[in-house]
Amino acid sequence: MIIQALVFYLFAAVVVASGVMVISARNPVHSVLFLILAFFNSAGLFVLIGAEFLAMILVVVYVGAVAVLFLFVVMMLDINFSELREGFLQYLPIGALVGLILAAELILIFGTWAVAPEAGQALAAPALPPDQLTNTHAIGQIIYTDYIYLFQAAGLVLLIAMIGAIVLTLRHRPGVRRQKIADQVSRRREDVVEVRDITSGSGV
Amino acid sequence: MLEIGLSHYLTVGAILFTLGIFGIFMNRKNVIIILMSVELMLLAVNINFVAFSAHLQDLVGQIFAMFVLTVAAAEAAIGLAILVVYFRNRGSIAVEDINMMKG
Repeated sequence: MIIQALVFYLFAAVVVASGVMVISARNPVHSVLFLILAFFNSAGLFVLIGAEFLAMILVVVYVGAVAVLFLFVVMMLDINFSELREGFLQYLPIGALVGLILAAELILIFGTWAVAPEAGQALAAPALPPDQLTNTHAIGQIIYTDYIYLFQAAGLVLLIAMIGAIVLTLRHRPGVRRQKIADQVSRRREDVVEVRDITSGSGV
Repeated sequence: MLEIGLSHYLTVGAILFTLGIFGIFMNRKNVIIILMSVELMLLAVNINFVAFSAHLQDLVGQIFAMFVLTVAAAEAAIGLAILVVYFRNRGSIAVEDINMMKG
C-alpha cells in the first residue's frame, strides 16, 4: 500500500511539474518534450489505477502520434518564438486569478466527493475483478458489442480528420516537374516521331 | 494520506485542467502552446474519467476516455494543419492576426 502511494505521488508530481513546464518553457520544442513526459507519467497513473489498455493507447496515440506531430510542426515553422512571448507577464495576474479560483473550486468539489451508495446498482458495464478478466479483454467485450456504433463513428471522425488535414495542407506548386503516367501512356508515335526524307549530303 | 483514493486522482485532474486554462491565458500569442494546453486539459478530463471508472468499477468511463482520445487526436491533426496553412499564407502564427481568416 505504501509503495502504491509513493508511486502515485511520484507520477502525479511529475505530471503536474511537466504541465507547468509545458506552459512556461521558453522554447516550444521543450514544451513538446515536457508534454510527452506528462503523457508518459499519466499513462503510469492509468496503469496504477488499473486501466492498462488506456495507458498503452495513451502512449501509442499521444506520444507516438500527436506529440510527434507537434514536434514536426514546431520544428518546421520558422518562427521567432521570443516575439510571441511578449505579454507573458501582462496576462499573468488575470491568468493566475482565474486559475487559482478554478483550481480552488475544483479541489473543493473533488476533495469532498462522495458517491451515493445506490450508485452501485446503476452501472452500465460493471467490471469483473481483474483475476477473472483482463482490462483489455473487458473493454474489447463491450466496445465491439454495446458501443459498436460509437466505435465506428470514432473511426469516421479520424477518417474525416485525415482527409481534412490532407486537403488543407496539399498544394500544387507551379514549376515542379512530376512524372505523369497518363501522359506517358497516352503518347502516340504519330504525335512525336516525324520521318523525313533527307537527301544525303545536304544536311538537315 | 497514504490511502490513494478517488479524490487524489481527481485533484491531479483538477490541477492539470487549471494548468491548461492558465497556459491559454499566459500564451495568448502562441497558437502552438495554446493547442498543447488544450491537450493538457483533455488529458485531465481523461484522468477524471478513468478515476471514476475505477472507483465505480464501471468500464464505460474508460470507453468514453478512449473516444475523448480519438477526438483529441483528430483535433490536434486538424489544428496543426490549419496552423501550417496559415503560416504559409501569412508568415506568422500570431493569434491577433487570425481574425483575418473570417469571411
